[in-house]
Amino acid sequence: MPWPTESAEKPLLGPELSVAGTTRSGRSGRSGRWIYYLVLPVVLLVIWWFCTDVLALFPSALLPSPIRVAKAFGHVIADGELMLNIEDSLLRIFYADLAALIIAVPIGLAMGLYQSIERLLDGLLSLFRPIPPLAWVPLAILWFGIGTLSIVFITFLSAFFSILVSTVAGVRSLDKLHIRAALSLGASRRRVLTHVVLPTTLPSIFTGLRIAIGVSWMSIVGAELIAASSGLGYMINYYQQVLRTDVVIVGMITIGVIGLGMDLLSRWVERRLLPWRQGARLP
Amino acid sequence: MTGHHKIAVLGVAKRFGETAGTSVNALSMIDLSIADGEFVSILGPSGCGKSSLLNIIAGFEESSTGRIEVDGKPISGPAPNRGVVFQEYALFPWLTVAGNIGFGPQSRGMRASKVNRIVSRYVELVSLTGFEQKYPHELSGGMRQRCALARCMANDPDIMLMDEPLAALDALTRVALQDELLRIWGEASRVRKKTVVYVTHSIDEAIFLSDRIVVMTPRPGRIQGEFVVPFPRPRLPEIRIHQDFHGLSDKIWLMLQAEAGRKSC
Ligand SMILES: Nc1ncnc2c1ncn2[C@@H]1O[C@H](COP(=O)(O)OP(=O)(O)OP(=O)(O)O)[C@@H](O)[C@H]1O
Ligand SMILES: [Mg+2]
Repeated sequence: MPWPTESAEKPLLGPELSVAGTTRSGRSGRSGRWIYYLVLPVVLLVIWWFCTDVLALFPSALLPSPIRVAKAFGHVIADGELMLNIEDSLLRIFYADLAALIIAVPIGLAMGLYQSIERLLDGLLSLFRPIPPLAWVPLAILWFGIGTLSIVFITFLSAFFSILVSTVAGVRSLDKLHIRAALSLGASRRRVLTHVVLPTTLPSIFTGLRIAIGVSWMSIVGAELIAASSGLGYMINYYQQVLRTDVVIVGMITIGVIGLGMDLLSRWVERRLLPWRQGARLP
Repeated sequence: MTGHHKIAVLGVAKRFGETAGTSVNALSMIDLSIADGEFVSILGPSGCGKSSLLNIIAGFEESSTGRIEVDGKPISGPAPNRGVVFQEYALFPWLTVAGNIGFGPQSRGMRASKVNRIVSRYVELVSLTGFEQKYPHELSGGMRQRCALARCMANDPDIMLMDEPLAALDALTRVALQDELLRIWGEASRVRKKTVVYVTHSIDEAIFLSDRIVVMTPRPGRIQGEFVVPFPRPRLPEIRIHQDFHGLSDKIWLMLQAEAGRKSC
């Protein structure tokens, strides 16, 4: 039996699982692939519409029809309420994740580079990490009251650990030879830190940030249910209490879409910022 | 031996691991002098301590006893006057070819315009023109090794320490790069001849490249003998099939063989 040559090579993972950006046999599938992403959402939408508007299986307070939800979408966009809440939530995420990045990266680098620092911090951090962010809500309300500060604090905690863990893992992947090469090329210790340790760790920091954004998006909505008077989490909670289920669903869809958007954006930024990583992809 | 020694290895021994049962005597009492501008190969089977010796000369590791002197002064740690070319290339994957080659000059605080001049000179010297903006993962093995060579030379070290730089390449590329290595070494040594310590386990490679060959044997790693290579420079590729070349090759082989035989009895 002949060995498979490169041209006859089949993609290992099958067409559905192929990694974006790799070159594969046919270009024809490129544009058509979008259809795959749309099939299930459209099917779901049709079923939803069929069960509510046509069969009227549920009272609309429990599950409004997609058309009512669309109308509600129009309303909350028109009166600016949706934008205001999105803005509040996004700003909180921004502050929280920025703070987490600024604090977690140096700690992570120090922990990865110096065993004594890791020993010093590891016990404490391992104790705090399993506490879910939302378990901090009661304390946060006591300390910071209801509002942005509490939310930022809770979101910060969830982002902090993701970035910290990834940063430490990134430093662990440091290649001894790279450090030796840099030193024998005349690099100072400081330059080794900024020009070898940091670039090695950057991809992991980025992965950590991406996870952090995802996690903090989840915890912020949870925190806003309780500890805020604005934001998307607050919005869906409020409209649940006044039985406007359509607006609740509007809020949920918005949360999903923004989460997806942020993930896509950070992947795009990552590709731009870390071009050398492209080589390490699964064929 | 008097005269000007660039590198002096004085009574160097290296032991890995403290506990008696598990410790390895990688090197025992190595004495070696290398003259300024000399190309010396360290030849020996796997595990005889070649890398350990080179790492100690580079300043990456400390010897258990003895010391290394460069220009008559004991070394402490790595320094840019001792450039290193690694077997695994050890290029910085986050930098382009130009970035890698410019890393040394940049580290030593040169102005950007000067760095650029140096980079383009060495890119040309190792025939990587057109690949300046490529990342290491986009290069072939031979190109990566040439890039690693250029990175080392662009820093203009007096001494170049090379640990089996061609071992990972196929036989054809390897022979081609041996020729190229000598050409590049000659070019880079125009102003001042660079001293090279070249680790290899290929007898032919050692003969083709060096002025002198130091043969090492394992358990514990020590110097078994030395051979001066009589061929004039520039070395032409044809000398590989010269009778004297094979004569020397056989002599070295016999020395290694005799030692291996003695050990296995
Ligand atoms: N970090 C280390 N810890 C423990 N033992 C080591 C270490 N480095 C090397 N050794 C041991 O020292 C001996 C010499 O190793 P070294 O790497 O110097 O050999 P080498 O001649 O370079 O071999 P090769 O041709 O395979 O690269 C070996 O027995 C090896 O197991
Ligand atoms: Mg070795």
